[in-house]
Amino acid sequence: MEQIKGVAASKGISIGSVLLYQTGDPKVSKKQTNDVLGEIARFEAAVQTAVATLGELHERALQTVGEKEAAVFEIHQMMLEDLDFLEGVKDCITSESCNAEYAVQQAGGQLAEMFAGMDDEYMRERASDVRDVSARVVRVLCGCDGNPLEGVKGQVIVAAEDLMPSETIQMDTSKVLAFVTRLGSKISHSAILARTMGIPAVVGLREGFDTLKAGQEIIVDGFNGDVYLGPDEKTLAHFKNERDLYLEKKRVLRSLIGKRAVSLDGKEIEINANIGHPADIALCEENDAGGIGLFRSEFLYMESQDFPSEDFQFESYRDILQKMAGKRVIVRTLDLGADKHAPYFKLPHEDNPAMGYRAIRICLRQPDIFITQLRALHRASVFGKLAIMFPMITSLKEVLEIKKVVALVKCQLDEEHIPYSKEIEYGIMIETPAAVMATDLLAREVDFFSIGTNDLTQYTLACDRMNASLSELYDPRNLSVLRMIALTVRNAHKAGIWAGICGESAGDLELTGLYLKLGVDELSVSPASVLEVRNKVLHTDSREVDDSMLNLYTV
Amino acid sequence: MKEFEYTIKDELGLHARPAGLLVKQAATYQSKLTIEKVGGKSADLKRLFGVMGLAVKCGETVKVTAEGEDEAAAAEALEEFFKANF
Repeated sequence: MEQIKGVAASKGISIGSVLLYQTGDPKVSKKQTNDVLGEIARFEAAVQTAVATLGELHERALQTVGEKEAAVFEIHQMMLEDLDFLEGVKDCITSESCNAEYAVQQAGGQLAEMFAGMDDEYMRERASDVRDVSARVVRVLCGCDGNPLEGVKGQVIVAAEDLMPSETIQMDTSKVLAFVTRLGSKISHSAILARTMGIPAVVGLREGFDTLKAGQEIIVDGFNGDVYLGPDEKTLAHFKNERDLYLEKKRVLRSLIGKRAVSLDGKEIEINANIGHPADIALCEENDAGGIGLFRSEFLYMESQDFPSEDFQFESYRDILQKMAGKRVIVRTLDLGADKHAPYFKLPHEDNPAMGYRAIRICLRQPDIFITQLRALHRASVFGKLAIMFPMITSLKEVLEIKKVVALVKCQLDEEHIPYSKEIEYGIMIETPAAVMATDLLAREVDFFSIGTNDLTQYTLACDRMNASLSELYDPRNLSVLRMIALTVRNAHKAGIWAGICGESAGDLELTGLYLKLGVDELSVSPASVLEVRNKVLHTDSREVDDSMLNLYTV
Repeated sequence: MKEFEYTIKDELGLHARPAGLLVKQAATYQSKLTIEKVGGKSADLKRLFGVMGLAVKCGETVKVTAEGEDEAAAAEALEEFFKANF
């Protein structure tokens, strides 16, 4: 048995036989021609055909994998219509009096080399796009432009130099168990498409690829990026078991899509997703999140060179709310400082930034920044179900100041006759012990609490969460942290508001039962954990949950 | 002649799809349109490979120059396009 290592590009395990798939251009040889104009006409017709096919592929990809992944075919169309490419080919036909196939390969190859030589990973990946479009035109020219995987019989693992986007999308997944490639990286189109389509993939096998033989049995481990050639009985049994467990788990979790998270004793909990970029909304949909429980608005600031304008922010929030189509989106206002920075803020150097000038402290001291964000959020609120959440609260005074600023913003918008929703919920993060101890008072002033367990653990235990040598002390399951959560939820309910948890430990399956028992109303977890947590809730009876950890006298 | 400068804010730089749309839009104007990476190469804004070949990254500044009958309209529309897409 031999093991080769590549890059884990798409999760899953497959066991099957290798189909060596010849990619790239069909064999093209240079031929002299007397009919230069005729070759140019053949080339132009082939481009027309290729553009039309790409249009169809684009349509098909739009339906199967979505707009973002489908865009590649639009790019390919544009490349084919680009003057540099068209002129490059025609010049070659004219100057060398050669056949169109050869000219396309030459001109396409030159452009691909230009991209391959760039010092930017994204641009280097575009070389495969150029090769893909050139190969497409060549295939049309020589009349072999059928579906490249059409002849595949039975189930196989496709092994290729580099799979081109158009090839991956055309793959009949019922025939293809997985794919492995010599080239490519985690962000090449093929890797992205494989993930979207749910086929395991290991890419970038490099020279290890040469050891693969047609028809040989291999194991593809898409979790770790390993490929096992001619596995022995023991390895085979191990991976068959792993594969079956994974498939079963996946099947169970997928079956929970569309279901509510209700425990065996009838307690319902809302399960939302935490995200930090509009691009992650697709993950929320895929994993059937109830809504967005924490949308970190920092991306707007960290991806800008200067303070993002009100209009720019408005458009981003509007897009997010529209995409979430009526599901609640809780946007957390600016939470910069500590470990997150944007240079134009010119934040002073601090000896202890975690306890320094950050988040709401910046917003209240530099109200221009705060007002811009609040105006943008309010303007966007008419496009969906918005909730606004304020981070790093330590006192009632801050909450009252925030409410004044919100009132001012509403007043401005009223005067300018700009509409905003009257249904916006306003909440605060409970992530400092100071806030926890004041939750009885704070609860009267806001619509909800969301417990940020990452910072709450750090501040409660006086333990820097960035300090690796303290990782044993940093324990979100610590009795004091859990009591903080219990107190917060109790005080929220006394005042008739809801309380959720949006830190890492919201997804801790060991704690799901306790949260149910405490009556936590909402959990916001990473999109990939939504279904796991839902599954846990469905199998829990909160009456049977052992909550002795809240009172455990241990050392 | 009209010109403007713009600093790319998109993390992928002048990446393929919006670059394609940019080139398409540029092609609708009569004016000669040039894009120059400040301190670097320049390219015809009506050619996708030329534009992508500049490999403009996030944080880098480009200068766009329009020269011709509709230069004012072209420069204005293209500046808007940059703001909206990059």
